[in-house]
Amino acid sequence: MRQSLPFVLALATLGLAACGQQGSQPAAPGAPAAQPEAGGVVQIDGSSTVYPITEAVAEEFQIQNQGKVKVTVGVSGTGGGFKKFCRGELDIANASRPIQRAEMDACAAAGIKYFELPIAYDALTVVVNPANPVESISVEDLKKMWQPEAQGTITRWNQVNPAFPDAELKLYGAGSDSGTFDYFTEAVVGKAKSSRGDYTASEDDNVLVQGISSDVNAIGYFGFAYYYENRDKLKSLAIQRSADSAPVKPTPETVIDGTYMPLARPMFVYVSEKAWQRPEIKQFMAFYLDNAAALAREVEYVPLPDAAYVTIRGHLDAGKMGTVFKGEPATAITIEDLLAREAAL
Amino acid sequence: MPGAAANFDLAAARATIAAQKKRDLAFAALGLGALSVCFATFVALFVDMVIDGSGRLSSDFFSNFASRRPEQAGILAAWVGTLVVMVVTAAVAVPVGVASGIYLEEYAPRNKLTALIEININNLAGVPSIVYGLLALGMFVHTFGLGASVLTAGLTLGLLILPIVIVSTREAIRAVPGMIREAAYALGATRWQMVRHHVLPYSMPGILTGVIIGLSRAIGETAPIVTIGAVTFIAFLPPAPVTAAAPFVSFEWLMSPFTAMPIQIFNWTSRPETAFQQNASAAALVLVVMTLAMNALAIWLRFRLRRNLKW
Repeated sequence: MRQSLPFVLALATLGLAACGQQGSQPAAPGAPAAQPEAGGVVQIDGSSTVYPITEAVAEEFQIQNQGKVKVTVGVSGTGGGFKKFCRGELDIANASRPIQRAEMDACAAAGIKYFELPIAYDALTVVVNPANPVESISVEDLKKMWQPEAQGTITRWNQVNPAFPDAELKLYGAGSDSGTFDYFTEAVVGKAKSSRGDYTASEDDNVLVQGISSDVNAIGYFGFAYYYENRDKLKSLAIQRSADSAPVKPTPETVIDGTYMPLARPMFVYVSEKAWQRPEIKQFMAFYLDNAAALAREVEYVPLPDAAYVTIRGHLDAGKMGTVFKGEPATAITIEDLLAREAAL
Repeated sequence: MPGAAANFDLAAARATIAAQKKRDLAFAALGLGALSVCFATFVALFVDMVIDGSGRLSSDFFSNFASRRPEQAGILAAWVGTLVVMVVTAAVAVPVGVASGIYLEEYAPRNKLTALIEININNLAGVPSIVYGLLALGMFVHTFGLGASVLTAGLTLGLLILPIVIVSTREAIRAVPGMIREAAYALGATRWQMVRHHVLPYSMPGILTGVIIGLSRAIGETAPIVTIGAVTFIAFLPPAPVTAAAPFVSFEWLMSPFTAMPIQIFNWTSRPETAFQQNASAAALVLVVMTLAMNALAIWLRFRLRRNLKW
């Protein structure tokens, strides 16, 4: 009879499968929508850049809450997050850029209204190898370096600026799917996604860090946290906005006072208006705004001034819905400006 | 044939034999070289992973949820998620795959339709996993409304490994000698009795090996489960399958959101802090050990079941 053991096992698996199907059926219809009400789950998804802050908030919130309200955070990218958000599958979307026109239309078509909350700033940092003599670079020179016309023609540092060394130019940058790429091209070249293609591109910033730290002639850009964690192997460049302005290094102060421009970028969370009616979302967002400053600092982002978080809280309570960007990208905007603008759905 | 013997040049024959032996040796050396490249690569990667990650392995690492502080971060949600998804994957792929394999080998008539199905199953084994993810996103997540749940992931990975299970089931069944079938029929057994009492038990070692190879592939898959929307941060576990109140079993865990080992590893490798890279190495080490343990189980089962075969 020992031979029949495997057969019994196979039967048991069959039985389990059958039970599984049976048990899941009642829960199946409309399950994604039904879950939050049942278990008190806050569903968040979106940008990988905003993820570290939201993860930190979710972690602390669940500790304080003793797990009564559950929070899940996914990383689908800003675009992927908005896609789900505008289908009504999410309570909150993380975004490293404002919502775009097509996404606004999708949300409007589905009847999804939302609040747009800036929660911190990131300083896009232009970095070189520490052995590189260059200390600062103008936005104009960055444009010469990165615009599509530069492809194949600008291959040496001194072609960009005669003051730069006579050495080969090696470029490292974000992959074309990332919000970082969109923002950098918009701010530097003047048109989102408009960039030369002959550079080392990676969605994984650690790959860029490795490349630049081992190549004297390299230059690249990524979020401040990656520079800060590797500041012993990299050098950040001061950015000169225009011919008559002084070069500015990326620091929390220069980001907040609006002088590190145009590479200081705001990061957002979008809260669905329908979700905002639920007590656990109100609780979570209150916790988010109260702790965003401390937690953003901990994960190497630049917090907004305390007054800004109070204003944002006010916007939520007053029901100020929609986006202040009207589908346009956000470049070179200070937090005061951003919060003072009129919002529209 | 005296002429042939007279023409036989002993020295030339010896030279030919020596040359052939040299070629034999050369091929053996080539084969050994190729094997060493594979083995050395695996050892180098494994040792590197152990050096980077072993310092982080502790009981806390297994019992903590993910955290922004690398030294407190653990893989509890990830390993539990991977485990429950594997259970569902096996529950989907094994019955369907084995039954399909048996049908195709023992029941299906040999015609053009069967040939077409066979070709398609073989082709399915080569379809990139992301395609299964996209299929599942459209079908399970949106059309059936199952959401980004354990059930969706299990069904998706189950589909992914189905061709592997079917093909290995057929191989194993084909290895059962035809005379065994004839003997069963001669004693008046029906086709089902023949399959149930003879073919299935004798082919079980091969089938199990195929199932475990399939599961070993599924456990490392990232693309399809990311596509269906598995989350990255989750600080709670699926509800327990056994409850204190009647009916004592609950299938709520099937609808629970989840994360899995490969997602956790990927997330940690993309973080700026170097301490997270160590966490990633440690988690990868755990995943490799999980896979090796599954393979060891397959070998042990095969050994045990073969021992019981008495032909």
